[in-house]
Amino acid sequence: MNPKKDLLGIEGLGSKEILNYLDTAEKFLEILDRPIPIIPALRGKTILTLFFEPSTRTQISFSIAAKRLSADVVNFSASTSSVKKGETLLDTAKNIEAMKVDGVIVRHYASGAPRILAENLNAFVINAGDGTHEHPTQALLDIMTMRQHFGYIKNLNVLIVGDVLHSRVARSNIFGLKTLGANVAVCAPPTLIPVDIEKLNVEVFYNLDEIIGDFDVVMALRIQLERQESGLFPSAREYRNLYGLTVERVQKMKPQSIIMHPGPTNRGLEIDPEVADGPKSVILKQVKNGVAMRMAILFIHAGGKIE
Amino acid sequence: MNRILIKNGRVIDPKTRFDRIADILIEGNKIQKVERNLKIDGLKVIDASGMIVSPGFIDLHCHLRDPGRPDEETIESGARAALAGGFTTICCMPNTEPPIDNEGIVSYIIKEAERVNLCRVFPIATITKKREGKEISEFGELVKAGAKGFSDDGNTVRDARVLRHAMEYSKIFDIPIFEHPVDEDLSKGGLMNESEVSTRLGLAGSPSIAEEIIVARDLMLAKFTGARLHLCHISTRGSVELIRRAKKEGVDVTCETCPHYFFFNDTVLETYNTNYKVNPPIRTEIDRRAIIEGLRDGTIDCISTDHAPHTRAEKELEFASAPFGMIGLETALSMVIMQLINIEKFSWFEVLDKLTIKPAQIIKEKTGVIKEGAIADIVIINPEVKWRLTPEIIKSKSKNTPFLNKELTGRAEYVIVNGEIKYQATP
Repeated sequence: MNPKKDLLGIEGLGSKEILNYLDTAEKFLEILDRPIPIIPALRGKTILTLFFEPSTRTQISFSIAAKRLSADVVNFSASTSSVKKGETLLDTAKNIEAMKVDGVIVRHYASGAPRILAENLNAFVINAGDGTHEHPTQALLDIMTMRQHFGYIKNLNVLIVGDVLHSRVARSNIFGLKTLGANVAVCAPPTLIPVDIEKLNVEVFYNLDEIIGDFDVVMALRIQLERQESGLFPSAREYRNLYGLTVERVQKMKPQSIIMHPGPTNRGLEIDPEVADGPKSVILKQVKNGVAMRMAILFIHAGGKIE
Repeated sequence: MNRILIKNGRVIDPKTRFDRIADILIEGNKIQKVERNLKIDGLKVIDASGMIVSPGFIDLHCHLRDPGRPDEETIESGARAALAGGFTTICCMPNTEPPIDNEGIVSYIIKEAERVNLCRVFPIATITKKREGKEISEFGELVKAGAKGFSDDGNTVRDARVLRHAMEYSKIFDIPIFEHPVDEDLSKGGLMNESEVSTRLGLAGSPSIAEEIIVARDLMLAKFTGARLHLCHISTRGSVELIRRAKKEGVDVTCETCPHYFFFNDTVLETYNTNYKVNPPIRTEIDRRAIIEGLRDGTIDCISTDHAPHTRAEKELEFASAPFGMIGLETALSMVIMQLINIEKFSWFEVLDKLTIKPAQIIKEKTGVIKEGAIADIVIINPEVKWRLTPEIIKSKSKNTPFLNKELTGRAEYVIVNGEIKYQATP
C-alpha cells in the first residue's frame, strides 16, 4: 500500500490504511521481545522529533521506536517562550528542509500546526499531537490494543469518559473507531463535550453510573485542573464523584471489559490507583504497543525495507 | 472643464430604478446628461459597451490601519485598493493606533485623503475615549471634524449603560452608532465558529449566540432610546431574524454583512488557512443561507467589506496565533457577482442597492445615485471578465486573502470620483 506522505490525523483515513498500520505494528511487537530488539530497516535515515509542548512519554516512545529501526534520531524540545521570540513554524520548516531530515515527528500546542510543516517539507511529517485537534499515533495504538484484546473492532462498544472537549486523543479515537465500525459513546459533564459531536455518530451520556456496564472498553481521559479554574466543572472532588473510574464504579463493568487511559494519569482523580493497576487495566500494554505502533508508522512513512 | 462621455453602457441606478442602455455626460464633477445616443465631440470618451455603469460603491466598514500600522495599510494604499474594487467612498474604522477618538485624528485622515486625492475617505470615530468602553467620546467635535458615525469596532460596548448614553447622546447629531455585536465572554478564546466543524478541527469555537445576544441587547437599546443603530458585519441566522423582527416593530436599525459571510461556510476552515480566520467567524451553511435570504428580503441593508489588512508575517503563524481578518476591498465585487448574481440570481438592482444608495443614506451622503445633476461618482463594471488575483495586482499593502492567485469573475474597469477618472483596470 502506498501511504500518504504524512500522518496528520485519523480523519480522512480509510479502514484499509488504518488496518495496515495495525497489522504492521503487530509484526513489530515480536521484535520488541527479542534479546537485541533492533532491525536495520531505517538505517541511514534521520528522524527529528520536534516538540513544542512538554511531553516525555510520547517523545521517548518515538525515539525508542526510531532506534529499534536503526534510524538516527535527533530530539528537540522548544519551550513556548523561545518560539514566541520570533522563529515561526515556517522558518523552522525551512531550516529542517535545509538540513536534509527524512522525517519529522511534531507535537505542537496549536491545532493544525503540523500541517504547516507538512505543506512546506519534503520530509514526511507525523503528528504527535496538535492542540486539541488530533493525536493519531495514540489512537492507532489504542485501537491496536483493543483489537489485541477482543480480536475485532467492528461493533465493539467503546466509551470515552472525561474532557472530550480538549482531548485530541478522543477525537482521533472517534475518527478511527467509527471508520472501523465500532460504537462510540462519550460521557462527561455537558461543559466538556464539544458541540454537535453527535454529528460524528457518537452517543452522548452524562450519567456514568447508568451506562458503564454496557461497554467493552472504558477509556478515561486526563482531566486538567485548569479546566476547573475556567469554570467547566466545580471541583476535583465533584468530578471524581461523578466521572472518576473509582473502585466501586468499575465493579459495574462487564466481566470481559477493559480500562484504558492515554496517560499520564491523575491517580485518584479520573482513575483510582487500584483501578489503574488492577486486572481490567491495559494501560501498560498501551505503552508497549505504542513503541510497536510508532515503529510501524515510521517504517511505513519512511518507506523502510525488511532485510 | 473636465468632460467625459460614457458611451453605450447599461446604466443601472437603484435609487431611481433606472436600467437602460444610455450615455452619460460628465462635466466638472456633475452628471450633466443621461440619454441615449449622445453625440458630442472633443472630449474623453469611454466605450462601456457590454458593461454596467453604476453609482460608485460605498463601503461603510474598512480598516485602513492609519495611523499606526503603515506596514499593513495606509490611507493611500487603502484608497487605491478601494478604487480597484469599484469603491468611490470608504469609511474607515477607528481601531487604529492611536484610535480615532479626537478631532485631530479625524482631521488627519480627511487631510491625508485629500492629499492622496483618490477616493472619498470618511472616518468613523470611536464611541468611547481610547476605545475603552468607559466614557463617551466628544461626538460634537468629532462630527464637526468630519466623522460619519461612531464605533468601537473590534469590540462591542460591553457596558449597556455606556451604550445607552452614547445612543442617547448621538441623537443630537442624528449620526448612527455602528455596533460590533459580540459578547466577549461567550466568544472568549474562540478561533472559529462553534459547530461540528470546530469540534472536528479541535479549534476553540465562538458560538453564534455570542453575536445574537448583543444584537438583541442593542436592538432593545435602540428601541428604548430611539437612536439610530447600525449593526456591523452580521453573520448568523439568529441575528438576521432578530433584526427582521425589530424592523417590523419600527426600530431605527440598519445593518451590514460582508461578502465572506454569504460566500463561504465554515468547512473552508478545514485547511487551517489563516486567511479564513475572521471576526466574527465564517459560520455554518445554515447561517450563510439566512444571510442570503436577509439580503434578498432587505433585512440586511448593505454589503460592507470589513477589509482587514495584516502582513504576511502575522498571517503565516499557526491558526491560533494569527490575527483575525481578511482584505476585501478588491474582491467584494467579484464575490457579489459570483455568488449573488450568478448563483443566487439576484437582480442588479438588489445588489447595487446595497453597495450604493443604502450605505449613502446611512451616512447621509448625496452620492450613490446616477441622475442628471448628481455628483459624478461612477463605477463601470465588466461583469463577465475572468481575472487572476495575483500579489502584483493587489493594491492593498497586505495580501491576506483566500483568493490569492485564484481566478475571479467580474471587476471594475473604470472608476470616476467627483468627475475624474481615478482608476482604470489594466487590460
